[in-house]
Formats: sequence, structure tokens, C-alpha cells
Amino acid sequence: MTVVIQMLINGILLGSVYALLGVGMSMIFGIVRLTNLAHGEFIIIGAYGSTLLSLALGVDPILTLVITVPVMFIAGVLIQTVLINRVMLQGSEPALLVTFGLSIILKDALLLLFTADARHANVPYSTATIRLPAGLHIAVLDLVVFAISLATILILTLFLRYTYMGRAIRATSDDTAAASLMGVSVRRTYGIAMGIAMATAAVAGLGVGMRWTFYPSSGGDYLLIAFGVVVIGGMGSIPGTLVAGLIFGLAQVIGGANYGMLISYLLLILMLAVRPQGLFSK
Amino acid sequence: MSEPILKVEGLQAKYGDFLAVESATLDVPAGKIVSVIGANGARKSTLMETIAGIHKPSAGKVTFKGEDITGMPAEKLVLRGLSLVPQGSRCFVRMSVEDNLIMGSYPKHARARVKESLDFVYQLFPVLKEKRHQPTSSLSGGQRQMVAIGRALMAWPDLILFDEISLGLAPAIIKDIYARIREINAGGTTVVLVEQDTNRAIRTAEYTHVMLKGRVVLSGRSKELGEEEIKKAYFGL
Repeated sequence: MTVVIQMLINGILLGSVYALLGVGMSMIFGIVRLTNLAHGEFIIIGAYGSTLLSLALGVDPILTLVITVPVMFIAGVLIQTVLINRVMLQGSEPALLVTFGLSIILKDALLLLFTADARHANVPYSTATIRLPAGLHIAVLDLVVFAISLATILILTLFLRYTYMGRAIRATSDDTAAASLMGVSVRRTYGIAMGIAMATAAVAGLGVGMRWTFYPSSGGDYLLIAFGVVVIGGMGSIPGTLVAGLIFGLAQVIGGANYGMLISYLLLILMLAVRPQGLFSK
Repeated sequence: MSEPILKVEGLQAKYGDFLAVESATLDVPAGKIVSVIGANGARKSTLMETIAGIHKPSAGKVTFKGEDITGMPAEKLVLRGLSLVPQGSRCFVRMSVEDNLIMGSYPKHARARVKESLDFVYQLFPVLKEKRHQPTSSLSGGQRQMVAIGRALMAWPDLILFDEISLGLAPAIIKDIYARIREINAGGTTVVLVEQDTNRAIRTAEYTHVMLKGRVVLSGRSKELGEEEIKKAYFGL
């Protein structure tokens, strides 16, 4: 029984990071109707940003979010407005190719700048553990990343639900023409949505850097996880992303190092066959 | 005729190479109710969407409150006081009734008055207050039209274009919605009604324009236009 509860705890802690990996991608799927193939690289840029800034400034990596989140938000707005909005006039395929090209350019740029060496964001509590009754335990690092993930998803949910810009983003994802009749600039909204997606990638990158080692080429692995989470949860659904992240996390923990990915992607195939719109999409 | 709030001169609109609106010329006097009638396929909706900035015109001129607004996008026209209630209501179906209405006050000038606007809309359509937390996907067709009208009113427009507001609705609901439109007009808002239901539109509007195959073929005071004259223009006889 203790083993099962421990697996549940570990799965939920891991799943929250997976949800964070997918949340930005889900937003872009739902609002801009675009599969952002560069989302994995955005996450790795976030990971490098937090790791290197915490080293340079001698602060906890969490504090670097004060810099990485706004910088990546602005970068996202610029990428969407300068690059993607222009090609979206020709349809979604050219935009998809742009994100593919962007992914390759960013991966090679990271390799050129930081070499292929493995990196990791160091924190003083990286080995600390909280002991619970019945032999259960939680790694402090995993708990901190869990809290960051949940806080990010909660803030994003509140933003989308209660602010004018959040409502404009939801309205645009429902009906672009009707949204423009309300005074919403669809192109500007797309820019802000990409900015938010990149800001969440900055936070996800921090989580990745704190929990695991990463390389310039790690983006593809995280893109695959994000993709799975988005498809299972339902494109554009934030609660769906959270639930799907937890399902993916549990599948990983149950399957272990050998079968974790296999179980996760079998779940993905099952979902595509049974409910292709995802758990929470209407 | 009082000074026109909207002036459309030789407006042309295309879908690719297809010429949908050939040449539309009409005036909308300030403070009045004006109807644009025509059979199915007369391109009334295309004309309204072109005026409201959803489509770009290929030729012609649109003047609103003395300003040339030709080709101006919809999001800028709302700021100037021109709103369109599109055909089929086009509510944001994944959002609640109240969130839909609040979206109507998205323009900066309307945000400060959001509470006052909501009270006004709920007074006009009390059923929306009862259902304010429900998603619009759960509403009937008539209630969705009420949301669409209320949403447009939230921006305090000077001119509202209603595109086929009665389409698919029960007669009792249509009667109620038309009564509300008269109330809106009595408050000072100019109204353009696009309709296939000729009799109701002519009875409600002081001025009528008849469209046929992308052209405005007849214009005048509703009371002065003869039934036979309208029929001929409507069917192209």
C-alpha cells in the first residue's frame, strides 16, 4: 500500500511539471490554431536562462523568473507579430513550417552558444527530503517545482477568466470575426497569446533545469511530452492540460524508466482513437 | 431627411474574383430606423460585413459621422461607435452570458461603464440576468440573439447594424426583439435592420433600401414606397 501511495505522490509531482510543459502549447493550439514545434526549444531557452542567471547573480534559480518571464514574454510577442502573423495569412501550414525552422535555428544557436555539455540548475535543497508517516517521503525540490507549476497554471486560469485581455483571448479562440466586432485586434491578441506561452515556457524551463539535466537538443523530448499532454487534455483547455499532465506523470511513474514512455504514448494513441478532441475539449 | 450618420457610395465587395456586392449606395439618417431588405442571395450580409469592417471593399466609399472609414477594420469601427450584430448571433459559445456581455465593453471608453451597461442590458432582457452564469451554448436561439444585441449595446454605439435578427426565431420572440429594437432606437441609437421579412422591416423602419444581386435597386421612405414597386425591386421583375 505504501508503495502505491508513494507512486501516486511521485506521479502527481511529476505530472504537474508535465502540465506546465504543455500549458503554453495548449494555449497556442487553442487560440492561434497553430502547432508550435519550437515550444520545446522555448522551454530549453528558459532552462538556460534560469540556470545561467542564477549562477551569474548567485541567487536561487526561482528568483531569475523576474527576468526570464518578462524577457520571454516580449520575445514571444515579437516572434508572433513579426514572424508568424505574416505567414498565417497564407494558411496554417506555412506557419507550422516557420515554427519548425525556428526550432532548428534555436537548437543550433543553443549548441553554438553553450556547447553540448549537460547543465543543471543547482539549488541548496536539491537532496533534501520531507519524511512522512508510514515510510512515505517527498523530495523538497519536487515539491517546490510542483508549487511553481500549480501557481503558474492558477495565475493563467485567473488571468484568462477575469481580465479583459483574458476574455479577449478566449473570445478570439471561439470566433475571430465576432471578437474583432467587439474591438479586439486579433493579430495583437495572437501576439499576447504567444507571449504568454513563452512566459510559461520560461517557468517550465526553470522546472526542467531544477529537476533534470538538459542539453541544447533536449527540446524535442519536452515537445513530445507537451504534445501528448495537449492531445489528451484537449487543445486549448487549461484544466484539461493539468489533468492530462497528472495522467502522463502517473503513467511514467507506474511504467518506470523502461515502460513509462511506452504507457504514456499508448494512452495517447487510445485517446486519439476514442476521444480525439481530448478529455476537456467540447 | 436628417443628416446621414452613415453614407455608402458605390461600395463594391469581392470574394476572391467573385463580385458579391456590385455597387451599393445608401444613406442612413441619424437617429432613425432604416431597413435593408432583399431576397436570399441579395448579398445584404456581405454589404453589412463590408461596412462593419469584416470584409475589405474593392471599391467605393463609406463615411461614418463625417469620417471616411472605407476599409477600416472592425476593431477600430467599434471605437468610433459602429457595431454589427452578425447573422446567427455568433455568441462566444464557450463563455458565460455575462462574459459575452462584458466582451461587448472591451473598447476602453466602455469599460468604465460596464456595471451601468450590464444593468441596462439586464433591464432590456431580464431573462439574461437569470441565465448570466450559464454558457451561451445552453441558450435558445432567441436568447442567443438577445446576448448578441446586448453585447453590441455594451459598447454604447451610435449606430447598430442588425443582420437578419429574426432568422429562425419563433414569431413571439421576433415580436419581443423588435419591441426592444424600438426601445434602443428611442434611446438615440440609429438602427439598420437587414431582413428577408419585408413586411415587418418596412413597418418598423422609416426608410427602406431594397437590394437585388449585390445592388441597391430601390430606396425611399417606407410609407412612400408602393407595395408593387417593392415587390418588383425585391424579385427583379
